[in-house]
Amino acid sequence: MMSTAVLEEYVDVAVVGAGHAGCEAALACARLGLETVLFTMSVEAIAMMPCNPHIGGSSKGHLVREIDALGGEMARCIDHTFLQSRMLNRSKGPAVHSLRAQADKAAYSSRMRQTLEKQEHLQIRMQEVTEIITDEKNTLTAVKTVSGTVWHCKAAVLCTGTYLNARCIYGDVSVSTGPNATQAATHLTESLRQHGIEMYRFKTGTPARIDGKTIDYSKMTRQDGDVPVIPFSFETDPAEVQIDQVPVYITHTNEETHAILRDNLDRSPLFSGEIQGTGPRYCPSIEDKVVRFSQKTSHQVFVEPQGRETDEMYIDGMSSSMPEDVQVRMYRTVPGLEHARIVKMAYAIEYDCINALQLKDTFEFRAIEGLFSAGQFNGSSGYEEAAAQGLYAGVNAAMKILGRDPLKIDRSEGYIGVLVDDLITKENHEPYRMMTSRAEYRLLLRQDNADLRLLEKGYQTGLVSEERYQKFLKKREQIAEETARVKKITIGAGQEARQFLESVHSTPLTTSATLAELIRRPELNYRILARLDPDRPNLSEEVQDEVEIEIKYEGYIERQTKQVKQFRKTEHMKIPETIDYDLVPSLRNEARQKLKEIRPSSIGQASRIMGVNPADISVLLIYLKR
Amino acid sequence: MENTRDTIAAISTAVSESGIGIIRISGPCAIEAADLLFCSPGGKTRLKEVKSHTIHYGFICDPEGHVIDEVLVSVMHAPRTYTAENTVEINCHGGVLAMQKVLDAVLHCDRYQKTGKGQEAGERARKSDETVHVRAAAPGEFTKRAYLNGRIDLSRAEAVMDLIEAKNEFALRNSVSQVRGSLFRVIAELRGKILYQIAHIEASLDDPENLDFTPHLPEFREDLSAWRNTLKRLILTAEDGRLAAEGIRTVIVGKPNAGKSSFLNLLLGQERAIVTEIAGTTRDLLTETIHLQGMTLLVTDTAGIRDTDDTVEKIGVERARQSVEEADLLLWMVDSSVPLDENDRSIAALLSGRRSIILLNKTDLAEQTGVEDVRKMVRDNVVRSASAMKKSKDTEPESLTQIIPFSAKEGTGYDAFVRMLKDLFFHGKLSWNDEVVITNARHKLLLEQAEDSLERVSDSLDAGMSEDFFSIDLMSAYESLGAIIGEEVGEDLADEIFSRFCMGK
Repeated sequence: MMSTAVLEEYVDVAVVGAGHAGCEAALACARLGLETVLFTMSVEAIAMMPCNPHIGGSSKGHLVREIDALGGEMARCIDHTFLQSRMLNRSKGPAVHSLRAQADKAAYSSRMRQTLEKQEHLQIRMQEVTEIITDEKNTLTAVKTVSGTVWHCKAAVLCTGTYLNARCIYGDVSVSTGPNATQAATHLTESLRQHGIEMYRFKTGTPARIDGKTIDYSKMTRQDGDVPVIPFSFETDPAEVQIDQVPVYITHTNEETHAILRDNLDRSPLFSGEIQGTGPRYCPSIEDKVVRFSQKTSHQVFVEPQGRETDEMYIDGMSSSMPEDVQVRMYRTVPGLEHARIVKMAYAIEYDCINALQLKDTFEFRAIEGLFSAGQFNGSSGYEEAAAQGLYAGVNAAMKILGRDPLKIDRSEGYIGVLVDDLITKENHEPYRMMTSRAEYRLLLRQDNADLRLLEKGYQTGLVSEERYQKFLKKREQIAEETARVKKITIGAGQEARQFLESVHSTPLTTSATLAELIRRPELNYRILARLDPDRPNLSEEVQDEVEIEIKYEGYIERQTKQVKQFRKTEHMKIPETIDYDLVPSLRNEARQKLKEIRPSSIGQASRIMGVNPADISVLLIYLKR
Repeated sequence: MENTRDTIAAISTAVSESGIGIIRISGPCAIEAADLLFCSPGGKTRLKEVKSHTIHYGFICDPEGHVIDEVLVSVMHAPRTYTAENTVEINCHGGVLAMQKVLDAVLHCDRYQKTGKGQEAGERARKSDETVHVRAAAPGEFTKRAYLNGRIDLSRAEAVMDLIEAKNEFALRNSVSQVRGSLFRVIAELRGKILYQIAHIEASLDDPENLDFTPHLPEFREDLSAWRNTLKRLILTAEDGRLAAEGIRTVIVGKPNAGKSSFLNLLLGQERAIVTEIAGTTRDLLTETIHLQGMTLLVTDTAGIRDTDDTVEKIGVERARQSVEEADLLLWMVDSSVPLDENDRSIAALLSGRRSIILLNKTDLAEQTGVEDVRKMVRDNVVRSASAMKKSKDTEPESLTQIIPFSAKEGTGYDAFVRMLKDLFFHGKLSWNDEVVITNARHKLLLEQAEDSLERVSDSLDAGMSEDFFSIDLMSAYESLGAIIGEEVGEDLADEIFSRFCMGK
């Protein structure tokens, strides 16, 4: 037998997987000065968007803004590579305004790859990580690759996405590949299991890509982007994003489509039991929709460009795992797709992920010191959710190595806080997707104020530059000053005010009122009132928006601020990591088990665990006081 | 999650026959709260100005200045109090209902701030950005605070925890069992409707290119006003004492002339009891509320159960059977001066599997029917419906049905009856005490919170605010109502969204 020389490498951090989570994690660590290696199954798959071609949308747009405020990359990357952008829910309140951009997939990947390549302290390595290595105290010491090389590291961040034991399925075709026919990672799951980590198996799916030349767009409704475009990143100059946008098209399924699906249900691997993994209810396949919403005779379909350099179109709303013949027939029933040629079949994908209840609120595994994880591996879904977690886990791995306080974001500070808390506190039986309804303080967690909420934290971790921070402080001050000013300025009931108010169909004043009071009238706003406000300073659009929101919705914002105060009281009552729940007398069994499993870091978190009731919390409080 | 900085209140002594009880208020604004409600005879004494550990005579008034009860009030400043917080104890004299009303007034002390008397306090409260607010204490919360504030020896910690746990379980079981039947159904149905609308709103906010809530607004407005009417009606019933009086649903059965009314009179005469007579909403049966040594009985006197062909009377009998179905306790009055007959047999059949007490009445007269005769009849009928017995939790027939020789005329057997009642429902361990009253006050508060939330929804609609604002208040209403029927919110919303709405992009 030949002796093999095992190669040994030394880094600070190993990030496993270069999807949206891995890229943010690796960039965060390297930017904080740590030697970082980023492993990927394929360099061609860096920051790949294997499913839908958009970034942002309801609540996801908020996440992207928050990533930006914390010094992450996603917002900047999409600002430079988008095809079309829209602000959703514009007619609703500011808390649910959501930015969404159609991405040029290849451009996005390529730009992110360049960013990684240019980053100091960061190396990309195309290799499968097969094992994690720990010492006798269960502290991570290294990761091992398929070639046997041992990469010694102080921390690792697992961002394996949908690659672990991945299997792609449509009809009878089942291949053991990752997304977009990339190579699956087949070893790491076993190593994690051996270290006592509990694994789940989830499933998701994607629709077909169709050759744009074979689509008749005249039978569809065209949807254009907003003018002007609002960038995602607070740092992007709005002038830079006013580009020629690419349209999206809308069409619909019909009874014929549904009949084909219904007639072939027995051939679907979803219904035949071939697919075991748990799929997301919020993103059902078209066959799922037809079964579960049988009363609906039509479903909306978006036909979306995948990039400027390709004719491939993404058929949003019609993901499927039906056999090839069913897919071809079904797509061709849709107006405009009568002669469609499929480039890539729709498929379902199954993959291994973890039960995220095993993580601390820093995304470090409780059982293995130095091992962190993020993204779809944690049981979530979506590029934005992944990126947010990647940034969070990456920063916390870095903070740990640097011996600094961890980054923490609570539910009242950001959607990221809600995401993290939900993942580590609540049992999750399907890929977790962000929604605005999950954020109980959403009137405060707006996309417009993500910087006001989180930039300070980004600055403290070191990912936000001094220059950017100073600019931010100035903006914050301007908002405060202007808000105070409009509350003080009074408008008399004179001729000029009367004429103006009548001209905008607003009731004239009988006595004088403050400018703030006028702003609160539904038919008026901050900008329109400039006519009555000659001393108004020259302020940026962003600052004006913020002043308007803070004045107009003051009552609602105050109420939520009060609720947040209450919430923080219990959130700040910490539970020591060393607590032994077996020594806490009088806890009910169910509560004791849940507490032992989840090990909440605060009384607040404990109170959100299903199965822990107020009496258990009282018992816990008394025990802690002792 | 209960907050230890709040001011809390509860009836802190078991409600006794004497009708004297203490309401304890503890927390930072305990004294200010009491001050708002209290009127001294001369009108000069302000509780917030008096010395610590002093007692004051006066009245508790409603916001309009009407007297609710004549009281003695003890004012104690922190830290030399049971809880080590500012504490006020109100000694009430007016009986159970008055105590409930006083507690209710305490829990709504913020209403006083809007009127003349509390103006000053209101002004100050606004300045300090904290309104005077008191909430109902959770079970065991005074003790818990005493402990947390270091007033109880550390070695007693475990005992305290056991106590809290026991009390909580008891209260929880109680509060849930109290809202069975029609109230439960009304609330569960209302919650279902509210959740559907929240899900509709949230689904459309999440997927605005596929779903739009705006066209449904007129329909939603109608729903909202219907929901609010339902809640207002429920709150009213709570206020006139019916909801607050929810207790052991007791149905008296027996042949005519068995002595049912004299038994009722005995309960009323023996006790300083509060009786409300209301016509049953679904049946023409009289239900009376009787407070008995801290217990509450909701007594329905059936018209008399017997086989009948008469159509009108048949309906009455049907209704009687129905109320028997919903009963917590059957009281069977047997006339010991006449022999048992077929009518008694059909009544005995009703007893199967139910908690019941048999009162063998008129023992002051010559005996025609004895304890053994009744026992035999019960045993025969219990055997006959043994399957019904198996379904019951208590498997011992003897533990369910007890026979007491009784004389309404002479009052014999009365003490045995009360003892048995306690045994049957509380196993003699827990007295039917403040928890029940708290539970009821809590229910009413929760109903009011739900209605407040819906009022805010309505205000938002009127102000032209979009649905993302008011869906938050809808959720608050949903949560408040859930707390009444003991349901956690959990993943309800996500489940509802995904099961009802087909999400697109």
